[in-house]
Amino acid sequence: MDNAKAGNKKRLTLRKRNAIEGYLFISPWLIGFFLFTAFPFFYSLYLSLSKVNITPQGITAQWNGLSNYIDIFTKDIEFVPALIDTVIFVGLSTPLIIVAALLIALMLNSQFKGRSVFRAIYFLPVIIISGPVMSELINNKAINIIEPTRYSIYQIFKTLPLNIGSPIIYVFDNMVTILWFSGVQILIFLAGIQKIDKALYEAAQIDGASSWEIFWKIILPDLMPLALINAIYTIVDVATFPNNKINVEIASNMFKTGNVYSYSSAMSWTYCLIIFVILGIAFLILRDRRSES
Amino acid sequence: MKRLIFSYAQKGIIYVLLLILGFVYLYPIIFMVTTSLMDMEDLVNPTVKWIPTSLYFGNFAIALKVLDYGKSLLASLAMAGLPAIFQTISCALIGYGFARMEFPLKGLWFAMLIFSFLLPAQVTMIPKYIMFNAYGMINTPLPSLLPALLGQGIRSTIFVLIFYQFFHSYPKSMDEAAQIDGANTWTIFLRIALPMSIPSIVVSLIFSFVWYWNETYLSGIFFGRVIQTLPMKLQAFVDSYSRLYPTSDGSTVNALNESIRMAGTLLTIIPLIIFYLILQKQFVESIDRTGITGE
Repeated sequence: MDNAKAGNKKRLTLRKRNAIEGYLFISPWLIGFFLFTAFPFFYSLYLSLSKVNITPQGITAQWNGLSNYIDIFTKDIEFVPALIDTVIFVGLSTPLIIVAALLIALMLNSQFKGRSVFRAIYFLPVIIISGPVMSELINNKAINIIEPTRYSIYQIFKTLPLNIGSPIIYVFDNMVTILWFSGVQILIFLAGIQKIDKALYEAAQIDGASSWEIFWKIILPDLMPLALINAIYTIVDVATFPNNKINVEIASNMFKTGNVYSYSSAMSWTYCLIIFVILGIAFLILRDRRSES
Repeated sequence: MKRLIFSYAQKGIIYVLLLILGFVYLYPIIFMVTTSLMDMEDLVNPTVKWIPTSLYFGNFAIALKVLDYGKSLLASLAMAGLPAIFQTISCALIGYGFARMEFPLKGLWFAMLIFSFLLPAQVTMIPKYIMFNAYGMINTPLPSLLPALLGQGIRSTIFVLIFYQFFHSYPKSMDEAAQIDGANTWTIFLRIALPMSIPSIVVSLIFSFVWYWNETYLSGIFFGRVIQTLPMKLQAFVDSYSRLYPTSDGSTVNALNESIRMAGTLLTIIPLIIFYLILQKQFVESIDRTGITGE
């Protein structure tokens, strides 16, 4: 009895010690999180609702209500087009990147010589992609792999109704960009495909299922959670890419005279909310439905 | 037999598709290499599309000067290398804490860890600037180093998760044996856990290095006026060029052309390509180590 009590007590202190040590280990993150993420997150909301003045004593912020938000939507002629441009870029690129990554991963999954070379080539852009390099490539027409205007098929798509034709033209115009953003996603899908139990395929094959059926009934459902991870990664990756019109806009308005800090805070908060909406949509589309039924 | 032919045909089609895709992937790089080796005559000659008539390295000599290569290469190495080391150290600690300890509110902090990945850096940039400015840290490397040291660097969440996954999966009996021998938690972490996690450390180091190397958005604002890394120099290429080779007299001799710009771009990414050629296997196998595909 006494022994058990002593043991209990010892376990309790062990648990306490474990908790203290746990907090010690994550303390760098805790400090960093409050200092560089949580506090700035709320402070930029506060700034976006204020009018900021820089005085010799430091900066002063005056409550300004929603006027910054109203201004960026009604008075700023650049913000709304930049926002729409970026939303189209994120919204169209993400599904295209996911589909391209899935198809490439499926092809890379089969056994053949030189597989690792292809894998290395497809991953290379992840290493070299950066804002300035992309701008140089675009400015010098290094990514215009096909000059679509020269082909008559491009003209045919142009005559289609806008909502059908424009996404196709978008794919042509942005082919290299879409592929260059899909390196990590390919590897994630590839790792997922290789983890699927081979016995499942064999059983399906014996039952007479075609490769087509195996893809839709076995591979794709199994990859859905990874598709969600890939979608989230893609949205975050593409949305924060420095060349996006909206990111350029936020940076260039940071020191806007008469409205320093607060004006572009309102922009960044608006943008952040929209990105969260896009993330939410991706989550709703790709969430694991099997567990619900 | 029929099946065999079918499988060969299938393989052939896949091969061709992969080759076409590979070409699309490499097209900008091939374009960069060939264009950068063209002299003025080749560049304006419409019959020369891909292969220059002679190899001309003059563009590189100019680009080296415009980029101030030696200095900005060193700056790049330092501003990518140091945060990468700091980020790896902090993420290893944090990942170990999350994986091996039980403490109150762990779930909440873990959720916040994921949240900080989803939050666009643009939102927190301005308050961070104000904060660093107040402490006189603008135009020093600290705005890049401090967040890295506190687990808030570029995509720190991914690296915390990589370490979390690793420390979560290795046998706890190793720790317990050491504990019985009288080792404390810190010793266990340093002597047992860390040496075993070398694959995760490598992944964290090389990806942090590459992502810090390529980052110009925040660093440009935080210290770009004083420390210029290679990608920043590339960003300002046109301006730096016109300062070095003014064309104000109206002559076209000094005009900036795409060959020079492509040489500059190539010079900016060459260190990364060499890095990738050496560590290619580590990069490509890294995804398996994140554990996101489930074990």
